[in-house]
Amino acid sequence: MSYSTIIEDNIDILVVGAGLGGTGAAFEARYWGQNKKIVIAEKANIMRSGAVAQGLYAINCYMGTRFGENNPEDHVRYARIDLMGMVREDLLFDMARHVDSTVHNFEEWGLPIMRNEKKGSYLREGRWQIMIHGESYKPIVAEAAKKSADKVFNRICVTHLLMDESKENRVAGAVGFNVRTGNYHVFKSKTVICGAGGASNIFKPRSVGEGAGRVWYAPWSSGSAYGLMIEAGAKMTQMENRIVLARFKDGYGPVGAYFLHLKTYTQNGYGEEYESKWFPALQQMVGKEYLDPEVSHRTHRPIPTCLRNHAIINEVNAGRGPIHMVTMEAFQDPHLEEIGWHNFLGMTVGQAVLWAATDVDPKYENPELTTSEPYVMGSHATGCGAWCSGPEDLSPPEYFWGYNRMTTIEGLFGAGDAVGGTPHAFSSGSFTEGRLAAKAACRYIDDGKAEGIRVSDAQINRRREQIYKPLETYRVYSNEVVAGTVNPNFINPRQGLDRLQKMMDEYCGGFGVNYMTNDKLLNIGLKKMSILGEDLEKVAASDIHELLRAWELKHRFLTSESVFHHTLFRKETRWPGYYYRGDVMKLDDKNWHVLTVSRRDPKTGEYTMEKAPLYHLVGDVEKAPPEAHH
Amino acid sequence: MPTFVYMTRCDGCGECVDICPSDIMHIDKKLRRAYNIEPSMCWECYSCVKACPHQAIDVRGYADFAPLGHSVRVIRDEEKGTIAWRIKFRNGKKDMELLAPITTKPWGSATPKLADVPAPSKEMRDSQLLFNEPKYIRMDDGGLHTLQSNGLEIKEGVQY
Repeated sequence: MSYSTIIEDNIDILVVGAGLGGTGAAFEARYWGQNKKIVIAEKANIMRSGAVAQGLYAINCYMGTRFGENNPEDHVRYARIDLMGMVREDLLFDMARHVDSTVHNFEEWGLPIMRNEKKGSYLREGRWQIMIHGESYKPIVAEAAKKSADKVFNRICVTHLLMDESKENRVAGAVGFNVRTGNYHVFKSKTVICGAGGASNIFKPRSVGEGAGRVWYAPWSSGSAYGLMIEAGAKMTQMENRIVLARFKDGYGPVGAYFLHLKTYTQNGYGEEYESKWFPALQQMVGKEYLDPEVSHRTHRPIPTCLRNHAIINEVNAGRGPIHMVTMEAFQDPHLEEIGWHNFLGMTVGQAVLWAATDVDPKYENPELTTSEPYVMGSHATGCGAWCSGPEDLSPPEYFWGYNRMTTIEGLFGAGDAVGGTPHAFSSGSFTEGRLAAKAACRYIDDGKAEGIRVSDAQINRRREQIYKPLETYRVYSNEVVAGTVNPNFINPRQGLDRLQKMMDEYCGGFGVNYMTNDKLLNIGLKKMSILGEDLEKVAASDIHELLRAWELKHRFLTSESVFHHTLFRKETRWPGYYYRGDVMKLDDKNWHVLTVSRRDPKTGEYTMEKAPLYHLVGDVEKAPPEAHH
Repeated sequence: MPTFVYMTRCDGCGECVDICPSDIMHIDKKLRRAYNIEPSMCWECYSCVKACPHQAIDVRGYADFAPLGHSVRVIRDEEKGTIAWRIKFRNGKKDMELLAPITTKPWGSATPKLADVPAPSKEMRDSQLLFNEPKYIRMDDGGLHTLQSNGLEIKEGVQY
């Protein structure tokens, strides 16, 4: 094949994937490393890439300490209860204590943040959310990243990390290919900050056919954060903690502003309140510590999102669906009606398109809600990702190995979806994590930790061969058949993705089985996964675009395999409403009040699982919620 | 709602190809105009619609659940700093125009160039502070929160 090999050498900080996490990293790295070489490798175009490509109508993580609203520990407690206790509180506290400074920078850069004119503070949607006109959120932060970076390589699909050959378990850069030219790109770097994305489209989506791209998380979020790091042997945590979203049916339009700001609420198909009747049995399952509606009502402690999903799922299964969002009251106010529509246009245009297509006017009709297929990610309200070190002033010994947000691979850092145990970071928190990782990476280099890295031509050539293999497979075998996509020697990326999604759905607790699995199903699933893994060696790509899809599929596969192992390891039902282990239908704090940590041996592909202790912040009781909280 | 491109408006400039986050807007080699090569990987994010200088790209709701006959159009203007939407229902009963700001500053003018700001001191490097901190945390003199400052401990075990 005639593709050139293009080597970018002597990089200090390589940012792989420049969504909100990666742009935060590239931006901040310049401050701490004014003479360092900072390079971004991005699969799309950084002006519209990552989960925020479309824009956002709210920033969901802002403390507002400056306005006397919340302290970081309040946010930690909120994320803790929402995730049924399973969070990294050192990392969360650290993110929360810096996130306001990130948001204040954004405002200075021109991001329109709405104000509460009476108080002078930002307009709150809920206790943690502030409202923005964020159509251009991504291009604005990308401008800042571009000014900091020495070079931005758009349209590079990074497939693998490079590893140092002089010291074991140390990163040395990354490789990939340009999805336009097809050229092979080698980035030799002292550190890598992985800002790649979480995983949509690994579980079979509810949408079919042409609509398969209508997923809640962006279809280009291909689990590459996990695929890259797992393949290199980084430890992962909480990969079983997939998330299921209760959203407007089919369009998956957001519900946060509707619930919190517009004061809409849900009812079943017969106009009845349904949630509270499922809570007594659910309380038996998870314990009073996690579900106590009376305490929640009195203290405003939130009811964990998964448990609210549980009520929706059960009500629908009991034959009283669909669940409706009651919008007809709020939408009589023209101002609130406008906000309801702006909210979609700002971040999920497809929902506006759907309502226009189906003549759903929420002023006269209460739209349907549904629970989505599961997603695996680490920046929204769930905490999948790499097992990372915390900062030295906060972290207990088990959570600390020298550099903030460094994975268990030396010199490999994470931000956003890549970092495990830090849910509720959202856009602003992900950017903040990138900043933290960048400062730590500069320090790692200044401490001399990246000296003497060696990458052989053999490693570079081996990866090159692997990357283009799907093109070669197609070239060799496609002419064996007359025409069409059926070939006994290979599968194409779409066929592989369909197989993966069906397997995840049926064996790992997708929507098609009402989010139910058990040890038997998981073990069968793992066996089938290993055969799919063999077949993925034979995935074929007819052109460079399909080669991109082939590598996205491989990253999704590695992510999924990890989800299977983690789900099997945690022998309890920790998050009813996200998934159920039918063989252990109870939350078990005695044995499973721990974080799950895995490692895939890069040489053998074997998984080892371990439990890591959970640490919680204690002290200072939570203050009464501020007035802004509805 | 995958995108499609009107034959008579597209001039093949490639702005949509350049911006599409999903790599699905490509130029048809024979017609020398753009089209959506993989509708099932379209997120209806409108990045291409907004980027098209000729309003040649539109969206038709996903065939598996969206009936025909609706329209959601947009014009994004960096110079004016606004985005203008028009939503038309299938039954013609609703026709809305919505306008929102996209920035408060002249486009691209307000992001800092960190290579030009004074380098951080050693004290700053040894601290937990980031760029513009501690000032930007509270926009006043308050410092960075620590376990000690907030009266906290981090403790192993089952806590709620």
